[in-house]
Amino acid sequence: MSNIALEVYCMKGFGKYIIFLGSLFVRRETFKTYYTLTLEECVQIGVKSILLFVLVSTFMGAVTTLQTGANLVSPFVPRFIISNVVREMTILELAPTIMAIIYAGKVGSSMSGGLGTMRITEQIDALEVMGINAASYLVLPKIVASILMYPLLVIISGICALFGGYLVGTLTGLLTPTEYIYGIRYSFNEFFITFAMVKSFVFAFLIASISSFKGYYTHGGALEVGIASTQAVTTSIIAILLADYFLAYLML
Amino acid sequence: MIKINNISKSFGDKTIIEAITGGFEKGKTNLIIGASGTGKSVLLKCIVGLLVPDTGNVFYDLRNFTETDKEMRSEIRREIGMLFQGGALFDSKTVEENIMFPLNILTTMPASEKIERVNFCLNRVGLEGVNKKMPSEISGGMKKRVGIARAIVNNPNYLFCDEPNSGLDPQTSIVIDELIMEITHEFNITTIVVTHDMNSVMGIGEQIMFLYKGHKLWDGTNKDITHSGVKELDDFVFTNKIMKSLKTN
Repeated sequence: MSNIALEVYCMKGFGKYIIFLGSLFVRRETFKTYYTLTLEECVQIGVKSILLFVLVSTFMGAVTTLQTGANLVSPFVPRFIISNVVREMTILELAPTIMAIIYAGKVGSSMSGGLGTMRITEQIDALEVMGINAASYLVLPKIVASILMYPLLVIISGICALFGGYLVGTLTGLLTPTEYIYGIRYSFNEFFITFAMVKSFVFAFLIASISSFKGYYTHGGALEVGIASTQAVTTSIIAILLADYFLAYLML
Repeated sequence: MIKINNISKSFGDKTIIEAITGGFEKGKTNLIIGASGTGKSVLLKCIVGLLVPDTGNVFYDLRNFTETDKEMRSEIRREIGMLFQGGALFDSKTVEENIMFPLNILTTMPASEKIERVNFCLNRVGLEGVNKKMPSEISGGMKKRVGIARAIVNNPNYLFCDEPNSGLDPQTSIVIDELIMEITHEFNITTIVVTHDMNSVMGIGEQIMFLYKGHKLWDGTNKDITHSGVKELDDFVFTNKIMKSLKTN
C-alpha cells in the first residue's frame, strides 16, 4: 500500500469512528433501559476483572520492589527510596497504563468478539429492524460502564501493587516496614493521583469505544470475528500509548 | 400493503438487483423466490431498511419509507416483525426474555401483561414450557418458532421472513410454513417470505415474485407457477424429479 493510500485508509477509518461515536447519541432509548444495561456491563467489565487486576498488580508491585532494590546498591542511597520509586512508578505508569494494556486484552477483546458475533448472527440487524438504534443500545452502556469501572480498577491496582511491594520488601528483609511506609509518604505529589485518574478515564474511553467500533463493523464469519478482536486489542494498545505520551506532555 | 418502486442496489461495481417494482398484499403470504445469489435477501433488506437502495422507493401503506426522516422510519419499523435466517435470538437472554424484548423496549405494558402476551405467542407457535431455556438449549426448528413468536409479539402490521426453512428437516419446514401462513391470515398482516424452497412455494405462495440475476422476471400465484411460460422460472421450478413428473403429466 502506498503512503497516500495508507493515509486515505487511516483517515477513512478515523472518520468512520467519529461518525460511529456520533451515532451513539441519536435515537436513544429510555434512561431506565440504559441504567439497567450499564449496571450489567459494570458487573461484566468491572467486577469480573477485579481478581485479575489484584493478582497482576500485587505481583507487579512485588517485582518492581525487588528489581529497584537490586539496582539501588549504593550505601549513600537510603533504602526508603525503593518504596518511593515503587510508588511513583505505580501511580504514574504501572497502574493506569500497563493495566490498561491488560484491560484491553481482557475487556476489549471480549467487547469486540461479543459485538462481532452479534453482527454475523444478525442479532444487530434484529435490533435495527425493531426500530432500535443498535449502536447506541449496545455500545453506549459499555463505554459508560468502562469509564465508571476502569478508574476504580486502577485505584485497586495501585493499592495492590503497593501492598505487594510491602509484602516482598519486608518479608525478604530488603527494607523495614517503617522504611517502606516512610518511602511511600516521602515527597508525595497529590497531582500525580489526578494525573493517573485522568489517564484512566481517557484509556477506559479509548479501549471501550475502539473495541466496540471494531466489533460492530465486523462482517463475514467466525474468522473475521477473531480478526476484529485482534485488531481491537492492537488498535487500543496503540491508542493508549499515544494518549499516554500526549497526556504526559500536556499535564506534567 | 407494501409497494416497491424501481429498487436497485449495487455493491461497488456489482449490481445485485436492478429496477424492481411490485406490490405485496395485506393478509397474504407474499413470496420472493429465486436461485441463490439472485438478490432476494438484498431486496428484503432494502425493503426493511437494513440496506439503503441506490434508486427507488418503498411504501408501507402509502408511507414512503425510503425518503422519510429517521423518526418516521423508526415508527414504521416498530410495526415490523422479522424472522431471520438463523433465528437471530439474543444469546445472553432466555427464550422468554427474547420474546419479551420488543415489549420491554417499545411498550409501557405492565410486567404481568407482558408475560401473558409472551405465553400467548409461545402457545401460538406450539411451544410451551421453554420460557426459561437459553437459545443454545433448543433445536433449530424451535429457534425459528421462538423467532416467529418474537416477531409477532408486538402485533406487527408487517412480517418478514428470510429463508425460514433453511437448515430444517422437511417436516419441520412444513410446520413453519403453515405457521407463517396461519399467522398472516389470523392477524391480517402483510407477510413477505424469501425462499428458494419449492415446497414453500407450492404450499404457501399466495403471491409470488420471481427474481433472476437481480431482475424481476415474473409474478403470480402458486397456481400459475407451473405454466408461467418463463423459461428461467421453469428451470427453477422443475429442478426436482417430483416437479418434473408433474410437468410431464
